[in-house]
Amino acid sequence: MAQPTETGRIRVNGHDMPLGAATVADFLAQQAVDVDQRGIAVALNGSVVPRSAWGATALRPGDNIEIVRVMQGG
Amino acid sequence: MSDPLVIAGREFKSRLFLGTAGYPNRQLMLDAIAASGTEMVTASIRRISLAGDDESLLNLIPKHIQFLPNTAGCQTAKDAVLTAELAREALGTNWIKLEVIGDRELLYPDTEELVHATEMLVSKGFVVLPYCTEDPVVCRKLADAGAVAVMPLGSPIGSGLGVCNHHLIEIICARSPVPVVLDAGIGTASDAAIAMELGCSAVLLNTAVSKARDPVMMATSMRAAVEAGRGSQLAGRIPKIAQAEPSSPQFGLVGT
Repeated sequence: MAQPTETGRIRVNGHDMPLGAATVADFLAQQAVDVDQRGIAVALNGSVVPRSAWGATALRPGDNIEIVRVMQGG
Repeated sequence: MSDPLVIAGREFKSRLFLGTAGYPNRQLMLDAIAASGTEMVTASIRRISLAGDDESLLNLIPKHIQFLPNTAGCQTAKDAVLTAELAREALGTNWIKLEVIGDRELLYPDTEELVHATEMLVSKGFVVLPYCTEDPVVCRKLADAGAVAVMPLGSPIGSGLGVCNHHLIEIICARSPVPVVLDAGIGTASDAAIAMELGCSAVLLNTAVSKARDPVMMATSMRAAVEAGRGSQLAGRIPKIAQAEPSSPQFGLVGT
């Protein structure tokens, strides 16, 4: 039996997850990431997605997304 | 005396750059930053926790202080470049403290990857400050690759061993076409003063302050040490000699 498309999976910060969002912005909203806070950045398949493009950037099965923030550091 | 440090056209009155990691709590970090007089603090870029994170560091640091994001922990030029690009997006700065680590125990820089990453980031418009070994040849290659400053280690990160090789740091400072920032290994105020006396343009430290018993008092001491070391360097120290040289007059001695 063919896998329905809803069970496509993506990799998020190194973890496998089911893909249930159409765009980067949808995904962040689903994960309850406060998208208005400063200091957040997203890379999709090794390339940075500027904040202004989050709403228009589609997610596809197999995508690798990194969501990072500014933290303390030396 | 006005003695600003200029890196990539940006003027700094303070020659002390401070890390933001490892303080007992956020208030002590903020108090230590204030006490240090620093105008640039480092930060890291890490994956968010989907379970929720603390308040962003960005909202806490006073506006007049510049962020210098790092690529700490990266082991390849590729990862460091992506981290730098994420930092630029997250912080709106093209400044980057470039770390490419080749040994996890020593946290020693991987020189080949570091030079390569510097070239790549410079070509992408970044202002690159690489953390590097205390090697004059490496420092020259980094400057040739377009680094705006070089940041040789005094000793391994967090070791508190101070400046282990005075002569090499002095040689690097004398030869470098770009400012030299002593980065890593500072344990106490005298280490920072020595780095400045050897000719460094600035000192970057974190653990020496954040893990001190009293971080705010240590930040105050580091500020004084960097200023004292810089002053001594500019004033010109006396040469070292192997014999005594009397400071009092040699004539008119009583009883002769």
